[in-house]
Amino acid sequence: MAVQALDAATLPIDWQRLALPAVLIVVGYGLIPAYASSYLVEAILLPFLALSLAAVGLNLLTGYCGQLSLGSSAFMAVGAFAAYNFNLRIGGLPLPATMILAGISAAGIGVVFGLPSLRLRGFYLAVSTLAAQFFVQWALTKFGWFSNYNPSGVISAPHLTVAGFSLDGATGRYLLSVTTVIVLTGLVSRLVNSATGRNFIAVRDNETAARVIGVPVLRTKLLAFAISSFIIGVAGVLWAFTYLRTVEPAGFNLDRSFQILFIIIIGGLASIRGAFLGAAFIVVFPLVLSRLGAFLFGGLFDSGALDMSQRIVLGALIIIFLIAEPNGLSALFDRLKRRIGSRSS
Amino acid sequence: MIGASLGAAAYERAPEISALLAVTNPVGDRRPACLSLRPDAVLVLSGIGISFGGVTALSDVDLEVKSGEIRAVIGPNGAGKSSLINIISGLYHADHGKIAIDGQSFSRVPASRLAQLGVARTFQNLALFGGLSVRDNIASGRVHTRRASFVEHIASLPRARREDAAVAEKVDKTIAFLHLEAVADRLVATLPYGLQKRVELARALVAEPNVLLLDEPMAGMTATEKAEMAGFVRAARDRHGVTIILIEHDIGVVMGLSDRVAVLDYGRKIADGTPTEVRADPAVIRAYIGAAEGENGEGI
Ligand SMILES: Nc1ncnc2c1ncn2[C@@H]1O[C@H](COP(=O)(O)OP(=O)(O)OP(=O)(O)O)[C@@H](O)[C@H]1O
Ligand SMILES: [Mg+2]
Repeated sequence: MAVQALDAATLPIDWQRLALPAVLIVVGYGLIPAYASSYLVEAILLPFLALSLAAVGLNLLTGYCGQLSLGSSAFMAVGAFAAYNFNLRIGGLPLPATMILAGISAAGIGVVFGLPSLRLRGFYLAVSTLAAQFFVQWALTKFGWFSNYNPSGVISAPHLTVAGFSLDGATGRYLLSVTTVIVLTGLVSRLVNSATGRNFIAVRDNETAARVIGVPVLRTKLLAFAISSFIIGVAGVLWAFTYLRTVEPAGFNLDRSFQILFIIIIGGLASIRGAFLGAAFIVVFPLVLSRLGAFLFGGLFDSGALDMSQRIVLGALIIIFLIAEPNGLSALFDRLKRRIGSRSS
Repeated sequence: MIGASLGAAAYERAPEISALLAVTNPVGDRRPACLSLRPDAVLVLSGIGISFGGVTALSDVDLEVKSGEIRAVIGPNGAGKSSLINIISGLYHADHGKIAIDGQSFSRVPASRLAQLGVARTFQNLALFGGLSVRDNIASGRVHTRRASFVEHIASLPRARREDAAVAEKVDKTIAFLHLEAVADRLVATLPYGLQKRVELARALVAEPNVLLLDEPMAGMTATEKAEMAGFVRAARDRHGVTIILIEHDIGVVMGLSDRVAVLDYGRKIADGTPTEVRADPAVIRAYIGAAEGENGEGI
């Protein structure tokens, strides 16, 4: 530890900044594909990646631009069903194009349901985004066309191929997922550090002042809805095509929207890293809890008890975070890093 | 500088004025003829009135602000000073009256175009972007000069980079002008109150406005901070020729800083003139004695 800290201190700044991406690439494209078990990939990494991406998208809207939304799950559904239909109805459409078109569809729906944000704020806006949640689920169930007339409205992932390589195996789906997440997260991180990203923050922190200095407030809010929904839509494609493989509209319910909101609250609002920390927590936490419960209570700890204890602990954690650490795991992480740094130097 | 160039323009145009009265507007001069007659008035309010429910915040207020002057607006609490600035900046819409900014007449000023009209303002209560650094807060004051889209920003295309560089240059100058170098990279919410007020002034100045509206820029400051702030306000006018409307309760500051003072009381303008004239005005003394003598006996 001491040696590492010393190294970090003597390295020029650029190396420090390159270190994290370098580690991510070695782990993400080297170690995980080579060594991870299929359980780790299928049960943990795939949902983690899709939820992380959705949380990055919601964080752009809620964390950076200050527009509270409970419609994330609807935008994931739009992405998933749009991708299914583009793939089904346009022969030979390459997978990346399918995903981009799906994202654009979600962005379009996002802008429509973002229109109330021009008038409503906070709680009232959140309630109006619920309309997206109910409308999308209703439309996908009501009109059989969206699921190609599957009697129960279920869609199944098509064969996933990019440039002739099949990505249907666990590793292939993982690589598709991780690449998508890295590319989109990279773009978002550039965006939030640009003048556009600062407009988002200006609108969030003081809408009146933003308007008076010339920030196009309406355009900025709609742009936040569009980009956020695009990313959440693509996350929906990952959720449906790489993780679950078959989904129905009911899978994209309000619970999922809340889950994504909790991820950014626990991880940290207006922090890209927070979206990943929060998603990791949300995915790993039930697994840990069930192991722990089984260890402590044996057979008594059935799935009902797991579900209930999960809700209780999660609810308590969210309250604790909101009160004690509104900046989430990301801020805790920073503090920990600083403490370790100061102890070893 | 701006004041000087306006003055020069007025001088050049002077011989035309008699011609203007006889003939219609020459092609290319789109200013209304009546305003060409007093080209040094950059801001003219006429007959402004606004009420909220039963409260009349302003009634029939006229105000003329000359290019390059520091124009104070004073008055007891609730006199309507902030309402006046909010009307000029388009946040409130007057029930009656007209606002002419640099010759363009409005009954409702479009707030979203305020920066383009050359008007910048600060707020009575801090209105900074707490999640941004000092530098980024100031940079946001030049957002009206930007054209690049978010795609150009993400891809770092030439126009986005050019704009970033241009903004950074202005921001650096403003930071130096207001001595904010030491805190430039701090999160603005972590600064003490007095410095936050200064950052807000910086965000308004960096826009290089013709008209600057300052709503109690020194409220809540220590005497030293006030003197410093007064120095910056004066320097902004002297060096950059900005026309300033200054709302301030500290009479000492007002008398020392302003060229002309308008006094509001219960939404009416009760006096208007040089500091010396206003100080001697019986109506003003009455309003201030009514409002303040009970507290400190100082009056005005
Ligand atoms: N948005 C509003 N809604 C309702 N009433 C308002 C509003 N803005 C101002 N008023 C009322 O108008 C009157 C003038 O208020 P204004 O804020 O302009 O006074 P002021 O001169 O700036 O006072 P102060 O020195 O306390 O800042 C007050 O009676 C105030 O209550
Ligand atoms: Mg006021």
